[in-house]
Amino acid sequence: MKYLTEFRDGAIAQKLAAEIRQMTTRHWAIMEVCGGQTHSIMRNGIDQLLPSEIELIHGPGCPVCVTPLEMIDKALAIAALPNVIFCSFGDMLRVPGSDRDLFRVKSEGGDVRVVYSPLDAVQLAVQHPTKQVVFFGIGFETTAPANAMAVHLAKKQGLTNFSMLVSHVLVPPAIDAIMRSPTNRVQAFLAAGHVNSVMGFWQYPPLASQHRVPIVITGFEPLDVLEGIRRCVRQLEAGEHEVENAYERVVTFDGNRAAQALLEEVFAESDRAWRGIGVIPRSGWKLSDAYADYDAENRFDVSDIHTHESPECRSGEVLQGAIKPTDCPAFGKQCTPRTPFGATMVSSEGACAAYFNYGRVVQLERVRVRVHA
Amino acid sequence: MCLAVPGKIVEISDDGMVRMAKLDFGGIQKQVCLAYLPDAVVGDYAIVHVGFAISRIDEASAQETLRHFRELGLLEEELGEIPDDEYAPPPPCPVTYQ
Amino acid sequence: MDEWACPLPLRDYPTVVLGHGGGGQLSAELVEHLFRPALGGDDPPPLTDSTVLTLPGTRIACSTDSFVVKPLVFPGGSIGTLAVHGTVNDLAMSGATPLYLTAGFILEEGLPMATLARIVSDMGRAAREAGVRIVTGDTKVVERGKGDGVYINTAGIGVVAANVDIAPRRAQVGDVVLLSGTIGDHGMAIMSLREGLEFDTTIQSDSAALHTMVAALLAAAPDVHVMRDPTRGGVASSLNEIAQDAQVGIQIHEERVPVRQEVRSACELLGLDPLFVANEGKMLAIVPAAQADAALAAMRAHRLGGNAAIIGEVVADHPGMLVERTTIGARRVITMQIGEQLPRIC
Repeated sequence: MKYLTEFRDGAIAQKLAAEIRQMTTRHWAIMEVCGGQTHSIMRNGIDQLLPSEIELIHGPGCPVCVTPLEMIDKALAIAALPNVIFCSFGDMLRVPGSDRDLFRVKSEGGDVRVVYSPLDAVQLAVQHPTKQVVFFGIGFETTAPANAMAVHLAKKQGLTNFSMLVSHVLVPPAIDAIMRSPTNRVQAFLAAGHVNSVMGFWQYPPLASQHRVPIVITGFEPLDVLEGIRRCVRQLEAGEHEVENAYERVVTFDGNRAAQALLEEVFAESDRAWRGIGVIPRSGWKLSDAYADYDAENRFDVSDIHTHESPECRSGEVLQGAIKPTDCPAFGKQCTPRTPFGATMVSSEGACAAYFNYGRVVQLERVRVRVHA
Repeated sequence: MCLAVPGKIVEISDDGMVRMAKLDFGGIQKQVCLAYLPDAVVGDYAIVHVGFAISRIDEASAQETLRHFRELGLLEEELGEIPDDEYAPPPPCPVTYQ
Repeated sequence: MDEWACPLPLRDYPTVVLGHGGGGQLSAELVEHLFRPALGGDDPPPLTDSTVLTLPGTRIACSTDSFVVKPLVFPGGSIGTLAVHGTVNDLAMSGATPLYLTAGFILEEGLPMATLARIVSDMGRAAREAGVRIVTGDTKVVERGKGDGVYINTAGIGVVAANVDIAPRRAQVGDVVLLSGTIGDHGMAIMSLREGLEFDTTIQSDSAALHTMVAALLAAAPDVHVMRDPTRGGVASSLNEIAQDAQVGIQIHEERVPVRQEVRSACELLGLDPLFVANEGKMLAIVPAAQADAALAAMRAHRLGGNAAIIGEVVADHPGMLVERTTIGARRVITMQIGEQLPRIC
């Protein structure tokens, strides 16, 4: 694939890694905010090319990981209703709610369908006029334009049987919250290139200067991730804290104006709960008043569903880099990819699942000793 | 967070509701919503996420980035810095064992 | 279905009805006018409830497999071709020469007779091409809504030569891992027909019978230790199972694993890993290093093995685990999937 394969070149990756090794003089903790970059790091083993002084912290940028338990429980309740076709991206099906997941609801007779695009859900609403079609609108700023367009087109077509359960979260407030945390260890950020392709990066300079933290926008292929890390390290070593765009082929300062315009119309800023982290003020979007009729939370009475997260799951601290997965007492014991407490163990890119799978290589006994210590 | 892949616009259409396009992703063609790229034309490359083209790919920037990567090779020779045994397995994840 | 003309008296029944499984006249007509001509060879056997077979040699391989697939017909095959190839390949992977198959059908009331005819004619053709005979069968019909059109179970019987000993536990350190061709073709062919995942491009299933390739492989490399056809769960699951059974480590190299361009692209688009995607006409072989070149040459000389490759080796490290060398020279552990791979956005 053009513009993909070129950025996976092994020889250049080795050179970039050598460059990073050469310029690193001390320990630096860099957070990749985005789950897509976490996936790439794990999938390609990028972290193994880095000098031991560079610590990568896997951030909260995985919508699967941060969708609050309460929202999952609402999704499960709606999906279990007769006459509802519940549509979701594949990622969400295995995420555990309080007592089950969407797969379980499906096995118990709920009509749960995986779609590639929210427009597929709108299409289903057209094809099934007697059914209520509900789309689980999760995601960050990258996914929001697609979800906004789905609601917009449903309204334009006068569909009365389409609604969306919205759980949109935003990157800049998350960066801000992480930097304000008293336990923060993050010294530089890799920003999520695809979020910035929509939003641009005009929101980022104030964050970088206020928290004196380098922010490098980059892509997802091995060379993009390594180049992002290289630029973070360069800034850290030089004591700088600028916003840099290492993903110029896709990201512009202004971002996608057409998408931003529709986001403005369809969504309104709101406080959002992040799974494991808690409420971050003005860190998400809900449907605006003009589109309130399409809000599944209004259409189906799920307002009495209130869920508290398991105190045993410390995924929030993991997502913020405060602790490592192996520091959690439940890690690898009660909590495994087969019996996950929280989404960081469900999502194969979740930090906990990644550590669990890699931990099998590096002798779990040693990890265990460390947990008990 | 956001799986998005590059594709080439091969055909632009309008289904009466919204601007659509057929994109080619390395031998796979798929219909994609083009509403957010009003200026895109056939032959352009775009990044696609969940069925939506969200950003044009700037070919000149892409070439520039690749050129910069290739130059690293020259730089490395000057520094005489050759990576160690490239298969020496470093610790698989940044866990420290004290 | 163009070549199929509905024979009398099936013409009165454009769809399957409950009576076709009732054991009466309708059942008999279905067998007589559809199954027997389609599944039989030049001299169709009577497809009775039981058949007496004469087997050469004394070592017998036996296998059973059930087939459920949506859609029933797809580019490159149908549930009928899978039902033959799947069981033939299971037998072949134990080093057996497949000889006979049985066929059990569970039909759903309302299944178009033309679809059923297409499926059984595919089955008959696949069996004839593979040189196996379908010797006994059974049909049941379930009420509408209680089945996905048709489920098929096939059991197979084959014979194994005296000197052949093929089993997962035989994988040993120093062996090499061969793969007979591109991966993910079947799984992506099916995936790309799912509602909402449609492409404007057709991906063909690789459904095929592998026993002739196995014969060529065993002739060239008699010491083959393990063979496996990586169907559901793909190459990753098969190699994980072998690593666990033999308690050895298996290492593969990302850039050596052949994947068709369009399959790779489809996987990129949906966020899937081709290593976990199903194949229906590919095999893995684990052979001693000394016979690797001969084995590879034998695979490549076969019409189904043009893209065969040595993808990795059995190692002393990480026993019980599969590790991949990625294109950038790092390692990743490849674990078994917990469930089915789903398209992801993140």
